[in-house]
Amino acid sequence: MPPTTQPEITRHEYDVVVIGAGGAGLRAAIAAREQGKRTAVISKSLFGKAHTVMAEGGAAAALGNANADDEWRVHFRDTIRGGKFLNDPRMAELHAREAPERILELEYWGALFDRTADGRISQRNFGGHEYPRLAHVGDRTGLEMIRTLQQRVVALQQADAAELGDPEARIRVFAETAITRLITEGGDGDAPGRIVGAFGYRRVDGGFVVFEAPAVVLATGGIGKAFRTTSNSWEYTGDGHALALRAGAGLINMEFVQFHPTGMVWPPSVKGILVTESVRGDGGVLRNADGERFMFNYVPDVFRSQYAETEEEADGWYDDPANHRRPPELLPRDEVARAINTEVKEGRGSPHGGVFLDVSSRLPAEEIRRRLPSMHHQFKELADVDITAEPMEVGPTCHYVMGGVRVDADTAASDVPGLFAAGEVAGGMHGSNRLGGNSLSDLLVFGRRAGMGAAAYLDGLGGRPDAGAVVDRAASEAAAEALRFLKQGDGENPYTLHAELQETMNDLVGIIRRGPEMERALERLDELAERSLMLSAPGDRVYNPGWHLALALPNMVLVSRAVTAAALERTESRGGHTRDDHPGMSPEWRRVSLEVRSDASDRVTLTRRPVADIPAELLGLFEHDELAKYLTKEELPETVAADEAAEEGQS
Amino acid sequence: MSERVFRVWRGSGDGGGLAEYRVEVNEGEVVLDVLHRLQATQTPDLAVRWNCKAGKCGSCSVEINGHPRLSCMTRMSVFEPDEVVTVTPMRTFPVVRDLVCDVSYNYQKAREIPSFAPDPAKKPGDFRMQQVDVERMQEFRKCIECFLCNNVCHVIRDHEENKEHFSGPRYLMRVAELEMHPEDTADRRLIAQDEFGMGYCNITKCCSEVCPEGIRITDNALIPLKERVADRKYDPLVWLGSKIGRRPKDTPPVPNVGRYSNRT
Repeated sequence: MPPTTQPEITRHEYDVVVIGAGGAGLRAAIAAREQGKRTAVISKSLFGKAHTVMAEGGAAAALGNANADDEWRVHFRDTIRGGKFLNDPRMAELHAREAPERILELEYWGALFDRTADGRISQRNFGGHEYPRLAHVGDRTGLEMIRTLQQRVVALQQADAAELGDPEARIRVFAETAITRLITEGGDGDAPGRIVGAFGYRRVDGGFVVFEAPAVVLATGGIGKAFRTTSNSWEYTGDGHALALRAGAGLINMEFVQFHPTGMVWPPSVKGILVTESVRGDGGVLRNADGERFMFNYVPDVFRSQYAETEEEADGWYDDPANHRRPPELLPRDEVARAINTEVKEGRGSPHGGVFLDVSSRLPAEEIRRRLPSMHHQFKELADVDITAEPMEVGPTCHYVMGGVRVDADTAASDVPGLFAAGEVAGGMHGSNRLGGNSLSDLLVFGRRAGMGAAAYLDGLGGRPDAGAVVDRAASEAAAEALRFLKQGDGENPYTLHAELQETMNDLVGIIRRGPEMERALERLDELAERSLMLSAPGDRVYNPGWHLALALPNMVLVSRAVTAAALERTESRGGHTRDDHPGMSPEWRRVSLEVRSDASDRVTLTRRPVADIPAELLGLFEHDELAKYLTKEELPETVAADEAAEEGQS
Repeated sequence: MSERVFRVWRGSGDGGGLAEYRVEVNEGEVVLDVLHRLQATQTPDLAVRWNCKAGKCGSCSVEINGHPRLSCMTRMSVFEPDEVVTVTPMRTFPVVRDLVCDVSYNYQKAREIPSFAPDPAKKPGDFRMQQVDVERMQEFRKCIECFLCNNVCHVIRDHEENKEHFSGPRYLMRVAELEMHPEDTADRRLIAQDEFGMGYCNITKCCSEVCPEGIRITDNALIPLKERVADRKYDPLVWLGSKIGRRPKDTPPVPNVGRYSNRT
């Protein structure tokens, strides 16, 4: 057991260090290893427990198995619509093009997706997707994906054992290890230095580790633990977002936080646990206390033409989608979450402050158990509710952050040399709102690209930089910093501070936002940042959760500052950012992404960056009327602008 | 809200004992909620492994009043109003601290099983499989790797010496899954018996009883695997074939995977 006072540090050398062992991290590590790079995977949890296991509905990919009309362009269009045209168009394009290949590759590695009658991968309907598009396994798709990637890593280790005599020769998983600092070298004023390593601690024995490595892939997931009501697991403390900021990278779109419309609301201890969108994709409907299917009242203008206006038309869609418009329960998540919020606020909520989600009257009990086994189990075990016989009570829960490290779409490179990011910790792909099912495919597409990007970066370096001295110096500083919390005997309880942070973000920067409340949140966050330096974690270094929380809290506070500052700046409502005081969507703001950077004392600054234009041939996928609702006049394509002028002339 | 007595095992690999706490419990809570309240209000360094708190990741396995369970799926309402709740770490694996065990045994066993091996002539996208055929393995792939089945299995629970030669229900089930995969070409039947200890299992079904996913491990995985092993070893046609020089193509053990190290 390492003593509290003596910071011994174990040293490792790798080509690529992947931080995070969820879908993106494992896919990145596999890609880097397949490029011949010695790769370390760092996981805060045990191998195979990542937050990805909680993904339920499926992975979106235009395989065209369920409807032959589906193709990547349609998926691209749905993604851009879902993100309200704020997506990085190149990322959305790569994602839509490559997702089918990535899914088939998983199957080739042993994943067992549900099947169509002709033996192909079955696909299910989901919010915002024009065709049934989600490859799935019941409602536990994320688990299948993690297990398959985990087993693929093992297969590669077996190959290395046979070839090199050591299963960990080229890819090794460091389980229950957390990174607290990225180490850079060089850089001045404006230009950040390049990556030379990473420092962290082993949860199991509290020992410190330092990795000397020229390339780091961040795949740390999201930030949900900064909010009180969340579907996210304890790991989601924004580590990667914070590490990137402190290394000098920029984060974009941090104001966009997705509140999933359907989380459990009762009993209190399970509040926030996810209820998969598949319930609605497979026919479930939302009703208020009066029994009304209220979503018909909430179809926004931009989606009016694609969604049904009567229950009859909506119900006809499941069997005959060509001749019916979609049920409004399948609007993108931001729309549904806001609608539920309004119903509850206006007094039409369920007994425990949610609304009713009913699948019991829509499908036979046997079919519900087959398609939604986890949901059936979850409600029976945790809430004494039999979803085959009665409705569920659901309400919004913090689920996903669209914002993250600004990266190059093709290589996943950030603007810190040697630093890459993929999955939820990267920003841009999903614009202002992510469609369900686009996360699992995002992890695969950009996880692989990040692993390959890191490998290509190494090849371009032409030799390993000798940064041993820099790494050692930074590591001993970081070790002293980490040990501080164990010695501040009279400091604050980290659990109390965490609860206050969650309350602040939930109440003041939640699903509906107002300027003065966010200003108050920023003041509170300043205070929490100071207090987070004075935390005290009693006990020693062996598996000490109080200490681990104390080390994660400054990350959560920094990321919360980024979210709040960007949310206060953006004076419009779009996707996962709703301003009560600025309810409209502004074409001018559509052209802007806010980029957050931080200084040495974790204070954040904002700059405005232009959103890249959608290439003309892809812009052609959208009708002129639709584009006119999002874009400024001068952005509309010439032909469209000409049409409009002609129309104006006629009228 | 009510107050409860919790006895929680505190200690390390060197030893420890039960510590008693009086703690608040609210409606609808699970055992993990109460352990978290202990951390937040009484003992911040209480070591508990957990992730999702939704029964999906299989991290929070412990023994509650002697029963192997996920603490996130054990509701407080299952106990009598004045029942003392005793929480101890899994017994089969070495304790790291308090309720956290070193489960690396399981990762070692996973690494010894020859991986999925499709026909090299096939490419991604070539597979055609019927739902009825994949459903058998899908049941096994519901496994969240909580390791409660391996923890409860008497072959290793009380016999440390068997660990080297026995993969436990979790990984014998993994072998069964691969053997049933319509696109797999390897044959792990012989090593299931000789390397992974299939023969140690005497189908007491303890593993199936504790599975939080309700997987019928014994009936649907282990017994069918035993039957396949028997086919491989005692099938007269295989015996005849071996006599005339047509040897079965048994997949050999994976070389050099050695002992799993939690090396630092």
